[in-house]
Amino acid sequence: MRFRTLLAPALAAAATLGAQDVPRVTKIPTAARRDTADPRVSLKPGWKDAGVAMRGVRVVGHVDRPEGFYNPDNLGDARFWNSDLAFRGTDVFQGSFNGLQIWDISTPSRPRLRGTLVCPGGQGDVSVQGNLLFMSVEETRGRIDCGGQGVQDTVSAERFRGVRIFDITDVAHPKQVAAVQTCRGSHTHTLVPDPKDAANLYVIVSGTSVVRSPNELAGCSGGQPGDDPNTALFRIDVIRVPLARPQDARIVATPRIFADAAGNIAGLQKMDRSDSLHVLSESSRCHDITVYPEIGLAAGACAGNGLLLDIRDPTSIRRVAEVSDPNFSFWHSATFNNDGSKVLFTDEWGGGTSPRCRSSDRPQWGADAIFTVANNTMTPAGYFKLPAAQTNTENCVAHNGTLIPVPGRDIMAQGWYQGGLSIFDFTDAAHPKEIGFFDRGPLNGDSLKVGGFWAAYWYNGHLFGTEMARGLDLLELTPGPNLSRDEIEAAKLVRTDALNPQMQTKIVWPASFHVARAYLDQLDREAGTSRAWSTRVRGSLGSAEKLSGAPRSTALTRLAAQLDRDAGSASDAARVRLLAGAVRDLAAVR
Amino acid sequence: MTSIRFTVAALVCLSLGAGAPAIGQTAAPVPAAPVPAAPVPAAPRANAADVRFMQGMIAHHAQALTMSALVPARTTRDAMHLLAERITVSQRDEIAIMRTWLQAHGQSAPDPMAAHDMAGMAGMHHDMAGMPATADSTMPGMLTAEQLAALGAANGAAFERLFLESMIRHHEGALTMVKQLFASPGAAQDGDVFRFASDVDVDQRAEIARMRTLLAALPR
Repeated sequence: MRFRTLLAPALAAAATLGAQDVPRVTKIPTAARRDTADPRVSLKPGWKDAGVAMRGVRVVGHVDRPEGFYNPDNLGDARFWNSDLAFRGTDVFQGSFNGLQIWDISTPSRPRLRGTLVCPGGQGDVSVQGNLLFMSVEETRGRIDCGGQGVQDTVSAERFRGVRIFDITDVAHPKQVAAVQTCRGSHTHTLVPDPKDAANLYVIVSGTSVVRSPNELAGCSGGQPGDDPNTALFRIDVIRVPLARPQDARIVATPRIFADAAGNIAGLQKMDRSDSLHVLSESSRCHDITVYPEIGLAAGACAGNGLLLDIRDPTSIRRVAEVSDPNFSFWHSATFNNDGSKVLFTDEWGGGTSPRCRSSDRPQWGADAIFTVANNTMTPAGYFKLPAAQTNTENCVAHNGTLIPVPGRDIMAQGWYQGGLSIFDFTDAAHPKEIGFFDRGPLNGDSLKVGGFWAAYWYNGHLFGTEMARGLDLLELTPGPNLSRDEIEAAKLVRTDALNPQMQTKIVWPASFHVARAYLDQLDREAGTSRAWSTRVRGSLGSAEKLSGAPRSTALTRLAAQLDRDAGSASDAARVRLLAGAVRDLAAVR
Repeated sequence: MTSIRFTVAALVCLSLGAGAPAIGQTAAPVPAAPVPAAPVPAAPRANAADVRFMQGMIAHHAQALTMSALVPARTTRDAMHLLAERITVSQRDEIAIMRTWLQAHGQSAPDPMAAHDMAGMAGMHHDMAGMPATADSTMPGMLTAEQLAALGAANGAAFERLFLESMIRHHEGALTMVKQLFASPGAAQDGDVFRFASDVDVDQRAEIARMRTLLAALPR
């Protein structure tokens, strides 16, 4: 392992490692990556009729991109790529480089288009809060009036790059009520609440592209920090949105999260010069920042580093830890596990338009790196990359995803562009394992047309795949040796009113026999669990389930106490205690 | 599936002050324009600056491949081999993207792979067939024939230093080309170009950082 992590800059430790800084790469395992037995290899190309391979999932519903949101002469046309999702109730907001599509998924097998909004400018990253919808715009063709004619002048009053705010009281007809301009546009954004300020919502803006002329937006400078202390580089922007008056939204803070203790704006770049292993690359911008307000932290995937940020006061965000990885080309996004003890960063090597999942591509490049988190310190643990080789005409690299809320395990669903979507278990952070997938053949077998899953997100019982060229897929998990029926049912118990994938909330499972049996299934999968013991526990659960009222509570309480005693001699004591807790939750139900 | 178009109920006039708006100041937003009758507007014509950028960057990338091909035989350090591999994979893929784009826009798309042996070439930018006159060693950061020859003649630690210094300058040249592109009127309105130029910028910055680290670790 050749990483360094640093605590808050004031506590930076001196370098102790030597100069040999070989990144952790292994030889490309010939067997695994050329596994022709994997059904994802050699899938038939096509748009709506491509070959399909899946494991652990089944298709529930699918819709294509609507008229006006794709170019029939060029399926990979960059003007019409689908991008990210946000969810509210039974509405799915699908961003696009062309604007917005709003789907009603109250009948999951038949998603219904409620409305569209043409508003070009890429990337169309979307978030929703109440009756407000937010959309990121970064391309130089973006216009305040949402027109499609672009902006030819290098300086123009018609150009818009930043975060749009729409009122979606009439959800089929979004009305733009604010358009907050930023110096570098908005590649992505993340909503973050302030627990002490219910009247306002905050938006963290990540701008990654070219800095605008100050003649177009006053105060914008792309200068190097040594030359210009006001540079738009090396910072993130925070917008405050008064919920009652969104039209008054404005930037209220520009945290210098790349600074060192002495206040040098790009200090992260220059810190710890003596340690060549701590690759301090030009982290001048953040890509995706995932917030987890309940633990007070955000994970920022910031160009050359992974950062941990303290977000308890959104107007004063500060960096508390950072890591780098010589294998990483482009820190893209981050996901915490539920208890915050792990963080997974993605490397979008190539930016998403190149084929990086070929058998010749290294498994640690363009992949996920998993770190354990403790005391605001990140320690490297393992890597995960899509295990099936993809072709030269399929753009493929790690991209967006969310946790799947199976109790007791850290499981994630993730989009890999035309690599399809992958579901993997990273409970053992050093040895993540794929447990399911869904993949189509390339859009075009002769030349690369950009498409595939921008993201795979779990929401209220379904897995949603936002496909850049093919629309929207709704999937369900199916049981198998790596995921039991009760584990799936337990995951489906987790319901939320809304979801913005870059904001994580603490998953709490209700009292349920599915949750208890999920833990038991997991124990059964472990070699150290006595079959006789688990059969007895199943019997006790089953008997208790047949009772009701006080007799049920009594039986469950007795079982929980027995499990507490069993934990003392169990090979996986922690999981037996989780089981005991689930049984106790059931006992407490009136 | 019929789509329900957003229609403008009323137009809001955008009034501009004398100077540019300040950062974060919300411009009075204009509601989205009515959707045009034709479902999909025709793709924009290729902008001359976009074409120059793509053609020039192909030659620029091709030289990076030539330089990287020198690495395996001249150093044994894994870190250098991995760096060369990363540059090679990235830029070879990007050449394919650029050629596809140029061809799709009816422009000349030089193939640096054709009729060239990548291993022992020098002065390639002068020899490249089909390259427009503008795409040669006037591009920022590119090595002259003499510099390339000197690189090929070096070995071991001296090669590593020369390679890293040259490639850092080479990468910085690419960043300059991206900056010039975005400073050209009408350039990068095409989504593929915007995206590609932005990605090249990100990828090469990450590699510059990696190379600076390796350079700093070399014995003096």
